[in-house]
Amino acid sequence: MTAWEDSVRDTARAVQQGASAVRLVEASLARIEATEPSLHAYLHVRGDGAQAEAAQLEQMGASARAALPLAGVTVAVKDNLVLKDAPTTAGSKILAGYVPPYTATAVARLQAAGAIVVGKTNLDEFAMGSSTEHSAYGPTKNPWDPTRVPGGSSGGSAAAVAAGTVVVALGSDTGGSVRQPAAFCGVVGLKPTYGRVSRYGLLAFASSLDQVGPMGRRVADVAQVFYVMAGRDPHDATSVDGPAGDPTPDAGGSLKGLRVGLVDSQRAAAGPEGQAALDQAARALTDRGAVVSSVDLPHSRYGIAAYYVVAPAEASSNLARYDGVRYGVRGEGRDLAEVYFNTRGEGFGTEVKRRILLGTFALAEGYYDAYYLKALKARTVLAQDYRAAFASVDVLLTPTVPEPAFRLGEKLDDPWAMYQSDVMTVGANLTGLPALSLPWGVTEGGLPTAVQLTAPWLEEARLFSTAAALEASRPHPWTGPGRKGRTGS
Amino acid sequence: MILDNGAEVIIGLEVHVELATRTKLFCACPSAFGAPPNTAVCPVCLGLPGALPQLNREVVRLAARAGLALGCAVRPRSRFDRKNYFYPDLPKGYQITQYEHPICEWGRLEVPLADDSVRAVVIRRIHIEEEAGKLMHEGDSLWQARGSLVDLNRAGLPLIEIVTEPDLRSPDEARRFLRELVSTLSYLDVSDLRMEEGSIRCDANLSLKPAGFTGPLEELARVEVKNVNSIRNVVAALESEVRRQRAVLDAGGRVARETRGFDEATGTTLPQRSKELANDYRYFPEPDLPWLALDAAVLEEERRRLPRLPAAWRRQLAELGLSAKDAAVIAADPTAARYFAELLEAGCDTRLAVTWMLGDLARLLNETHRGYDESPLRPAALAELLGLVSGGTLSGRMAKEVLDKMFETGQSAAAVVAEAGLAQISDQDVLAEEVGRVLAQHAAAVADYRAGKAQALGFLVGQVMKATRGQASPDVVNRLLRERLAADSAV
Repeated sequence: MTAWEDSVRDTARAVQQGASAVRLVEASLARIEATEPSLHAYLHVRGDGAQAEAAQLEQMGASARAALPLAGVTVAVKDNLVLKDAPTTAGSKILAGYVPPYTATAVARLQAAGAIVVGKTNLDEFAMGSSTEHSAYGPTKNPWDPTRVPGGSSGGSAAAVAAGTVVVALGSDTGGSVRQPAAFCGVVGLKPTYGRVSRYGLLAFASSLDQVGPMGRRVADVAQVFYVMAGRDPHDATSVDGPAGDPTPDAGGSLKGLRVGLVDSQRAAAGPEGQAALDQAARALTDRGAVVSSVDLPHSRYGIAAYYVVAPAEASSNLARYDGVRYGVRGEGRDLAEVYFNTRGEGFGTEVKRRILLGTFALAEGYYDAYYLKALKARTVLAQDYRAAFASVDVLLTPTVPEPAFRLGEKLDDPWAMYQSDVMTVGANLTGLPALSLPWGVTEGGLPTAVQLTAPWLEEARLFSTAAALEASRPHPWTGPGRKGRTGS
Repeated sequence: MILDNGAEVIIGLEVHVELATRTKLFCACPSAFGAPPNTAVCPVCLGLPGALPQLNREVVRLAARAGLALGCAVRPRSRFDRKNYFYPDLPKGYQITQYEHPICEWGRLEVPLADDSVRAVVIRRIHIEEEAGKLMHEGDSLWQARGSLVDLNRAGLPLIEIVTEPDLRSPDEARRFLRELVSTLSYLDVSDLRMEEGSIRCDANLSLKPAGFTGPLEELARVEVKNVNSIRNVVAALESEVRRQRAVLDAGGRVARETRGFDEATGTTLPQRSKELANDYRYFPEPDLPWLALDAAVLEEERRRLPRLPAAWRRQLAELGLSAKDAAVIAADPTAARYFAELLEAGCDTRLAVTWMLGDLARLLNETHRGYDESPLRPAALAELLGLVSGGTLSGRMAKEVLDKMFETGQSAAAVVAEAGLAQISDQDVLAEEVGRVLAQHAAAVADYRAGKAQALGFLVGQVMKATRGQASPDVVNRLLRERLAADSAV
């Protein structure tokens, strides 16, 4: 059994029937050891803890184990989700050495279902970035090409899945932070409906946009993890009920009658390889019986501007708690003000400071109406666009990203260019809609391409069934980076 | 209050009241006072990374109750906002409060004034917010302290802030408003209302409106005295502000719009260094909490259960013939009002009930630091005793002794009377009065006795026994007569 390529269902079934979870964990740890020197996907690997949990799983009664839908499934968790007693830094120096006393609900639900967390993955500091280069602990490399970024901010989780170190991973998506790295690394990434997955234990970046999302090599893997962690959580007042029904999407099902809206303006914003992938996907949907038509989201061009007001505004408040008083690293100072200035001055990186300044400005007296309130209005208008589109189609088809993975350092000094990486993904966050990025093919240069599906509120099941059909229709089966059998676009 | 230079005193108050819920506003930590530092805490009230607020619905109920009692419109939908500032007692770097859409708006409280008129003070709003932690500094202030300690047990306790319009016209009116407010709240079981534990605090705003000023009050320079912790200190702070602002104006200066603190040691206000690093609180809607929808059934239930409040009590007591002063004393304290109502229910004479409740019972309760609800002498027992008084079985003085004994032992009046044999009139004062009267009426018998006719004493004893319908103790009467006849040769 090549553990790191198996699916969630195969892994769980094998372990339920007595296969060794310890060996799966060992294989995962060995794979991490082999790939980390070139990738740096992890900030913390919990070898002993993972092995102990695997051993417990093996000692468990057979019937109890059989009831665990994720028995023995190895998981990597983005380092902005807390796991009791494991260090959590969010990629920031300000939290160096911080060990949380509790576990995030999303993670706890996976663990309760038998999943084993093997490590915490790298990210842009506090999830602010699109390349994982803004981690205070060094960038993660793209497993398909180590000179390129894995995307971000969940770049560590995307790389960890793509490199086969784990079966699935958790990321968080505030403006595309699950879907964009998924696209860059050739894995499936879901941004659930806002509120579907509890944010309790997710280090807040922009509370009204943040959502925990699963990443995996297959649509079914992502669906199964999503069904386990979704659902109302008393600890998160914004959480909603989970989905009902069978978590396994039917890949062979007909899409007859499914109305798919191709968002022309976003197609036009993608490069030639992205457009080619999108057109192939549209054809594949048509072949399966779907009806593809063009739709317009006339105000989507305001998405980036609205996003880069709302997200920094909320972040400026959410990050106020990192003041050196109660936890994390404290700067020296002769008085309180100096302690604050030094703690935050030394502890936060450039991008985080940039966004705190942006957000503080946007909320300041006299500017609130011009920026924050206007951005909220843009969200409303954008939501109306989507509602209008969903009146005539069931699901939207767009590129996930304008272009494949860019080179390390390429956009590091140009925040505006970096922010444009999110142009196709921020819409789902601003409106709370569920969206999924599906790897499609590989460019001539050997980089993955991807398409994005967006559905109405709470219609993740529609995303899964559409994506599973598309997945089965891809020109060549997905094989992962650095291996034979790449698909051309 | 119009000063002699014609300026009028304009006061508005913001009163913070800690609500008496079992747990905190946004987490399940106990709200108990006095736990060892930083033990009543969890990820939420510590502001740990990733923690989220979870609204305690009991707080909403209590806030709605307070709003109803103060005649407010209680909103079916309200919202929480974040107030952003840095301070070590504020774990998240922001306080969750209600800024734009408070749960209650536009109520009023009628405050009885010294001249028996009433000042209707408009309540602009009541909103829910969370309490900060507690700091202990080594030194005068945090900014100069060598070390500071933070206790976050208090962080996240539920507060309501009651904000008035600038309707008060003197420090004395502010005092009366606060007393009326505290007494109203005390009927509602929403707060412990313990000043010394900080469960009520007040920010007081004061402006002087010069004679002839006709513009809107917002244009006046307003001074806010922050965080004053007792009614007495609020009054002292306001009085000191009137003097200070008056002096500034008289010297031809302008009063600066500023925030000041009250210094208990000197009884004056001092300019306060802004405790936050920035004054702009950057309010915005709290994204972690949805709009707060108030359950209509909860509101209806609270409306139905609203108790009779001080103003209504005062009216009712006045109708029963109580003086304004007595009515005010009883109405101000719900335990007193309930006690009084129970006395009347037990058939007690109104006048007797007031006299004894506010007299000897109040004295005993005061001495033992108890409220009427903690009195070992329950209303029914007191009513029984007072029945003996009004029936003439016990004299006032005897009843006092019986009351003391009842209070001390918890025995019934009948038991105390029987045990002490008090039903027989052996009360010297009662009998001395009778003796005096008999001696005055029978000068001839007195003269006979003085002349050596011993049987005249028997006649006099008989007269006293007759006057007391035989209930007097003959021994006592005999002794009293002998003493009086021997001592008072003038009779």
